[in-house]
Amino acid sequence: MRQQRWLGPVMFMPAIIYIVALVGVPFLMAFVYSVGDVKVGSEGYHFVGLHNFKSVLQNPTFLLALRNSFLFTIVSQILVLISATMLSLALKNAFPGRRFFRFLILLPWVAPVSIGSIGWKWILDSLYSVINWVLVRFHFVSQFDTPVWLGEPKLAMMSVILVHTWHMMPFATVILLAGLTAIPKDIIEAAAVDGSGFFRTQFQIILPMMLPIISVAVLFGAIFTFTDMTVIYILTRGGPYDTTQVIPSLAFFTGILGSDLAEGAAISIFMVPLLVIATYFVLRQAHRAEVT
Amino acid sequence: MASPKRFRTWFALIVTWIVRLTFAVLLAFPFYWMLITTFKRTTDLYNLDNNPFIFNEPPTLEHLRLLFTETMFLRWVGNTVFAGIIVVIVTLLLAVPAAYALARLTGGWGAQVGIAVFLTYLVPSTLLFIPLSKVVATLGLQDTIWSVILVYPSFTIPFSTWLLMGFFKSIPRDLDDAAMVDGLSRWGAFVKLMIPMSTSGILTVVIFAFTLVTQEFVYALTFISSASHQTVGVGVPTFLVRGDVYYWGSLMAACIITSLPIGILYNFFLDRFIEGFTVGAVK
Repeated sequence: MRQQRWLGPVMFMPAIIYIVALVGVPFLMAFVYSVGDVKVGSEGYHFVGLHNFKSVLQNPTFLLALRNSFLFTIVSQILVLISATMLSLALKNAFPGRRFFRFLILLPWVAPVSIGSIGWKWILDSLYSVINWVLVRFHFVSQFDTPVWLGEPKLAMMSVILVHTWHMMPFATVILLAGLTAIPKDIIEAAAVDGSGFFRTQFQIILPMMLPIISVAVLFGAIFTFTDMTVIYILTRGGPYDTTQVIPSLAFFTGILGSDLAEGAAISIFMVPLLVIATYFVLRQAHRAEVT
Repeated sequence: MASPKRFRTWFALIVTWIVRLTFAVLLAFPFYWMLITTFKRTTDLYNLDNNPFIFNEPPTLEHLRLLFTETMFLRWVGNTVFAGIIVVIVTLLLAVPAAYALARLTGGWGAQVGIAVFLTYLVPSTLLFIPLSKVVATLGLQDTIWSVILVYPSFTIPFSTWLLMGFFKSIPRDLDDAAMVDGLSRWGAFVKLMIPMSTSGILTVVIFAFTLVTQEFVYALTFISSASHQTVGVGVPTFLVRGDVYYWGSLMAACIITSLPIGILYNFFLDRFIEGFTVGAVK
């Protein structure tokens, strides 16, 4: 027993130290940078108070990015939620080829997102877009007036939202499927005996029982969406004219490419409130798991 | 005569299949598109009068030849595999003992630490990349593959520890106790009994850590600037473009070659990955 007292810490401390050094410390450094004057290659550090935050909040591009971040996250998560719910209900029961279907449906999530996005860049190409080819072919648009998906502000925003939805939807679907398989079969059978039809069973019995798992899918989906810049970086680089810029991509362009570490850090700090809210919900979920 | 009940069942079945097929087509279409673009001749790709869904000219291997002989694609694949292997080893060395200790040796607060560790997985790369770029520069690792090898375990360890904790908890405590009664030390029980018993959990972590390395984009983009040191996830979308010219055939070839193996690999352990997120909400 004496051995146990130090064996536990010896076994978990290396992992904890690694995480503290490369997540905890940089996390705090982000705050320190945001109230300082650090630039790439500069020496020393001077405390400048809230100067960076002031300058960020006066920057119209930042305000646009903040608005876009919410638009991007909320719209894509609503779309993810509706489509993942439909799809998970359609995949719940065994059917021939289910495994293959699952593989196809998961591809957008499991393939590297930068690679999937570049595939979309080709599909949305300004000249050779297959979507435009279909639209022209069926006379929805004229051959000389095809939509420029990534070059026109509204269309570009719509495109990045849809591509991100495409990427995140499989993840939500499998989470919902995990929840669905946990719903006891006898409840559904009892409903059928009582004369509840297929659609009524879906909407009035299964859907309400799915609510806890839906909240899990939305929670993680919203964090991964609000803090991601890959789809936007590949498709539009935040353009045209910063109209698809979001908080993480603006932090990258300002802090890394623009070498203004302090201002980039100040921008990225605006993601923290969402993380705090998410943390609260994760803790609540974990607490519930322990109690029951 | 079909009864209304029967009709409703058929209707439900048809709707279900329409949903399945529609989503399968929408979700998998880009990968079909990568595949067909890979084998199309350039003249076929860039002729707007051609039907883009089929081969209007005979297929070609030219794009693949270009990709493998005239670009750094294989080098990026090599870099990624190299980084992946080292990250997997580091992750296993740190996460397996940590998970066991937190599941078995610490009593009640082990679970709390476990949750705290899981929470660090949610801290995004887009918040940490600015400070980490300074850390990487201070250590002299900028523009080398070692920069990402250093940083990637910071997100593979938290999730792996969390997954393995669940795994160790599912093994009955009596087994370790019995082994220790039989004369093994706690450490001996861990090495000789628990590790062999959790092979499938450890394998999950291996695949998980490896696929995360192949999928990561932001850190590699931030820390590595020269093409020859890049990983495949950043190299393909940023360095296969020369000036403003996209070599779509080779680009799509690289995409499909990278996506499919990772996709297949990921599929094997996905259920356990999802369990990690749904603890508490699914019973």
